Amino acid sequence: MDGVELQIAEWRTYVAKAPAVNGRDIHELEAHLRDQIAELDAAGLTADEAFLVAVKRMGDLDTLSREFAREHSGRLWKQLVLRGEDEAARPSSGWFEALAFAVAAGVVAQVVRLAAEVSDGEPRWLLPNLSLFVLPFLAGYFARRRQLDLRGWALTAAPFAVAGLVVNLYPYSAGSATELLVGLHLPVMLWFAVAYPYMGGTIRSHERRMDFVRFTGEWAIYYVLIALGGGVLLGLTALILEPIGPDVAERVFEWVLPSGAAGAVIVAAWLVESKQHVVENMAPVLTMIFTPLFAVMLTVAAATYAVTGVADAFDRELLSVFDALLVVVLGLVLYAMSAREPSQPAGLMDRVQLLAVAGALVLDVMVLGAMVARIGDLGLTPNRVAALGLNLVLLVNLAGTAWLSMRFLTGRIAFHRLERWQTSYLPIFALWAATVVAVLPPLFAFT
Amino acid sequence: MHINKDLVAASATPLVLAILAEGESYGYAILKRVRQLSGSELEWTDGMLYPLLHRLSRLGYVTTEWRTPPEGRRRRYYAITEDGRTALAEQQRQWATVTRALGDVWRDSGRLPMALGEA
Repeated sequence: MDGVELQIAEWRTYVAKAPAVNGRDIHELEAHLRDQIAELDAAGLTADEAFLVAVKRMGDLDTLSREFAREHSGRLWKQLVLRGEDEAARPSSGWFEALAFAVAAGVVAQVVRLAAEVSDGEPRWLLPNLSLFVLPFLAGYFARRRQLDLRGWALTAAPFAVAGLVVNLYPYSAGSATELLVGLHLPVMLWFAVAYPYMGGTIRSHERRMDFVRFTGEWAIYYVLIALGGGVLLGLTALILEPIGPDVAERVFEWVLPSGAAGAVIVAAWLVESKQHVVENMAPVLTMIFTPLFAVMLTVAAATYAVTGVADAFDRELLSVFDALLVVVLGLVLYAMSAREPSQPAGLMDRVQLLAVAGALVLDVMVLGAMVARIGDLGLTPNRVAALGLNLVLLVNLAGTAWLSMRFLTGRIAFHRLERWQTSYLPIFALWAATVVAVLPPLFAFT
Repeated sequence: MHINKDLVAASATPLVLAILAEGESYGYAILKRVRQLSGSELEWTDGMLYPLLHRLSRLGYVTTEWRTPPEGRRRRYYAITEDGRTALAEQQRQWATVTRALGDVWRDSGRLPMALGEA
C-alpha cells in the first residue's frame, strides 16, 4: 500500500500544477481517486493496476484544467495570464506591443501640449478632448492583442469617432456648463468603449464583463502605483536640477509629465494583463481593509445626517463630494465582488459590505432629496440634471445590490445572482455617460 | 455503442440533477449511479464531473458541504436546492419534447421503431 500512497502523492503534486485547480478541488479529486482504487482493489486488481486505471479514468490533466478554468472564471483569469507568460517566452511579443502603443500615446500627448502652448496656454478644446487623446491607444492595444478582425476594429473605432465628432462639432457657448460636464463624462463613456476590444468583442458574456470590472480595479491600482513612483522620481529630479536653475526643472516637468501620464495608461494595462498574479494577492487584501473602513465611515455619515437633518447642509460642493464618494463605494463593491470566489458561502465580509451598501443607499436617498428640493427652488440646470441622473442610476444599482445581498445572506439565492445584477447593470453606466455627452448639451442649447 | 460527445455533454446536467433529486450524494457515487443507469453506455471522463458540480453550485442549483461519514473518507457532499429542482423540471420538459419529436418522426418513417422508447 505504501507504493500506492507514494504514487498518489506524486499525482497530487502533478495535479496541483494546473493553475485553475485549487487545494479543495484536489482534495475532492483525491477522494474520488481513492474510492476508485479501493473498488478496483476489491475487484481483484493489483495496487499498481488499480492506480493506473483510476488515473486514466480521471482524464488527462490539460483537458481537466481547462474545464475547471472555464467554470471558475476568476481562475480563468489566472489561466489567461499564464498563457500570456507563454507568449512572453516568444521574443518581443507582449511588452514590445505595449511599449509601441505607450510611446505613441506619449508622443500624441506631447503634440497636444505643444499645440496648446501655441494657442495660448489652456485652450477650450483641451479639456473635453483629453481622454480622446489617450484612450484610443488603449483600445487599439487591446484590439491588436485580442486579434480582432476588420469588423471588430471598426466597432472599436466607432465610439471614438462619434465622440470626437460630437464633442468638437457642438457649438458650445463660452464658459458653458455642458462643456465641462462633457469633459467629465466622456472619459467614463470611452472607458466602456475600451471594454469592447478588451472582451474581444464578446460583450454579452457576463463572465467577461466581470473580467473587465476586475481589470478596471487592477488597472487603477497599477496606475496609482506608477504615478506615485513617477512623483518620487520627478521630485528628486527637481531637487537635483535646482542648482542649475529653477526653470530647468519646470521645463523637464512640462515635457515628462503629459507623456508619462498618457503612456502610463497603456503600461498599467499591460502590467495588469501580464503580471496579474502579483496584484491578485493584493486585491482581496485591499478590499478587506477598505470595505470595513468605508462601511464605518458611511454608517457614521448616514447616522449623523439623519439626526442633524440635511436641508441646509447640502450645498453644491458637498453634493459633488457625496457623488464622488458614492461612485467610489460602488467601485469598491464591484471590485470586491470581482475578487470574491463565487462558490464560497456568505461570510462576515459580505455582511460588512451590505452595511457599506446600506449606508451609501441612505446617503444617496438624502442627497437625492436635497437635490430635488434644489431643483424645485431654482429650476433645472445642466449640472443639476447630470447630478440627478447620476444619483438615480446609483440609487437603483445600490438598492438592487442591497436587496440581493440580503437574500444572499439569508441563503435564499446564490452569489451568482448578485454578480449577474452588477454585470447586467454595467451598460446603464455607459449609457448614462453617453447621454450626458451627446444629449444634454443640445437639450440646454449648449449653455 | 458509442454515444456522441455532444449528447453526453448535453445530458450531463439533467442527469446529475436528477440523481441528486434522489438524495444527496458525492462525486464518486454520482458517477457510479450514472454508469448503473446507462448500463455503462454513457462514458464520462471522471474528472469532468467536478467542474460541472461546481457550476451547479455557483448557479445555486446545489449546496455543498464537506463531511466525514462514520465509516469512510472525508468527502464533499452535494444536495439539490429548490432552484435546482425548478431547473430540473425545465430540463425534463425540454428533453421530453425532443424525444417525443424524434420518436414521432422515426416512427413515421418506419425506421428504428422501438429504439427510442428505451432512451
